[in-house]
Amino acid sequence: MSDLLLSHWNYFIVVLLMMIGLFNVISSMNLVKKLVGLSIFQTSVFLLYISLGKIESGTAPIIIKSGHDGHGNMDILYSNPLPHVLILTAIVVGVATTALGLALVLRIKASFNSIEEDEILNVKRAINSRSKSS
Amino acid sequence: MIDWMFHLPAIIVVIPLLSAIIVALLPSRIGWVCASISSGLSFWAAIALTAHMLDAGSLKRMSYFLGGWPPPWGIEFSVDHATTLVILVITGLGFVSTLSSNMLLFNDIHKDDRSRFFAAWLLTLGGLLGLVMTADAFNLFVFFEISSLASVTLVAMGSGRDKRALVAAFNYLVIGAIGATFYVIGVGFCYAMTGTLNMLDMANRLPLVTDLVPVYIGLAFMVSGVMVKAAVFPVHFWLPPSYGFAPMAVTSLLAAIATKAALYVLIRIMMTIFGGFPDMPLMIMQWVFIPLALMAILLGTVLAIYEKDAKMMLAQSSVAQIGYIVLGFGVATLAGVQSGFIHIANHAMIKGGMFIGLGGMAIAVAGKTRMTSLAGLGRRMPITSTGFLICGLSLIGVPLTAGFISKFYLVSAIIAAGYWQIAAIVLLSSALSVIYLWRLVETLWFAPSDQMETRLPEQAMIYIPLWILAIANIWFGINAGMITGLAKMAATSLFGGMS
Repeated sequence: MSDLLLSHWNYFIVVLLMMIGLFNVISSMNLVKKLVGLSIFQTSVFLLYISLGKIESGTAPIIIKSGHDGHGNMDILYSNPLPHVLILTAIVVGVATTALGLALVLRIKASFNSIEEDEILNVKRAINSRSKSS
Repeated sequence: MIDWMFHLPAIIVVIPLLSAIIVALLPSRIGWVCASISSGLSFWAAIALTAHMLDAGSLKRMSYFLGGWPPPWGIEFSVDHATTLVILVITGLGFVSTLSSNMLLFNDIHKDDRSRFFAAWLLTLGGLLGLVMTADAFNLFVFFEISSLASVTLVAMGSGRDKRALVAAFNYLVIGAIGATFYVIGVGFCYAMTGTLNMLDMANRLPLVTDLVPVYIGLAFMVSGVMVKAAVFPVHFWLPPSYGFAPMAVTSLLAAIATKAALYVLIRIMMTIFGGFPDMPLMIMQWVFIPLALMAILLGTVLAIYEKDAKMMLAQSSVAQIGYIVLGFGVATLAGVQSGFIHIANHAMIKGGMFIGLGGMAIAVAGKTRMTSLAGLGRRMPITSTGFLICGLSLIGVPLTAGFISKFYLVSAIIAAGYWQIAAIVLLSSALSVIYLWRLVETLWFAPSDQMETRLPEQAMIYIPLWILAIANIWFGINAGMITGLAKMAATSLFGGMS
């Protein structure tokens, strides 16, 4: 067990973060905290990808020119750059999601005068019963 | 001319995406005109692409790679018969609902905000088209988020009339983001095992993987993530509030096309990416899809019967209709997948038409959609309400309408696969759906209204698109060969990936 923990510690951190994030999204009543949880959840996936790209004893994926011929040195081990590029895109998507979510929270605060889910639910119930009686 | 044809897959996606930026900068007065032209051009390009695919009889697949990087390294747009069918549905329904949108918006959205509204509208359309077109598993996630962020914005714009739209949009955003992230986790597992993101390349490499546990975990994450986006039964709960509180124009767009693209991705994952695994995807389809689809069908129909708001009623019925599509896919025979594709096309026409018609009638009562406020409108707005009724008859599957063709193919596929009990449930739910449609008919035509019995003005820009869809429903109900033929080719091309 401890061997597994040591050799795959990055995955354990990923799973831990993932669960923290998901738990926050589900359990928080505060809408901003929900978005924080969502961000943590997404970040854990970013970490998953980035740690996939790392190759043991591999260096940064920038071709090192060797000596006089100017060609890349075949002996050097490079890490995989593709996951980084993917996650760059995913970070942008994550920022857009958070920004849109926060904008919605602002509008919710303006119309419901609260960002707590249970209070919003009360207001919604009041609207429902009013439209039922009319 | 050949060059044009070659670039069509990219053109279809790029037209709405680029014109979204342009429309956002233009004055609001011409926003709708530009959006209509752009979605019309996209539809025209989709027809040209379909004609090209049908023309070149032996051509099974068209590949287009972006940026000069050939697949499997670069991002590839891949078109086969399944893609063309869904592209045709999305662009066609996108075009028709764009035509009706300006009138349907009524006073939901301020005149000065309309250019930005139509920018988000076109982004939704472009995102969904890219989603269907792309053959790159990660690129698909990006298009997922483009379309879902844009459609969340559209749903939130319903807040002008009802502030509950904001909460619905927020929940849609959070649940959609979790679904998309699940999908990315799944792709990550498959990428770790195969080292490729191109779907076809991944399909070739996955059977070579020896350690199957990460692959199956990846499959589970991908499927559950896409199921959230497609609003398949246990994770459908974001759909009724989002559709119910969105502006009517937005509902007609989203109900017609938004979940269809995700359903297409679902079957794509099962049959193309995991085409090399004969047992596991099949097991998921039969033991997960079929039970969930049946629950969606029954629950959606029953909830629709008890709904007091006409718009919510149709939204609940969408959950049931998505169930029919998933059920067709779940049967996992050629005929079953074919029936799923038929219903993708037909349900888009049915629900698009019904929401446009309902919106046209709701305008007369200041946009209210509660049953009580719609009373008697059928008598007072005969053109709109008749078109609405034809789409409604198609929804329950009356013979000579497109809905009958879907039900017929679905039930015969189920019986051919030997599940006669399931066929009985499908027929039962069809009978139940008569109840909620009858409630609408009763309210619209027979309920006494407290107002004067005068004819109300009807908007041409609403009833013309509505009647296009109503006539399409009858046309494809009598002359079904075109849709069933395309759907059969779509199913065959998916099964081709399996062998």
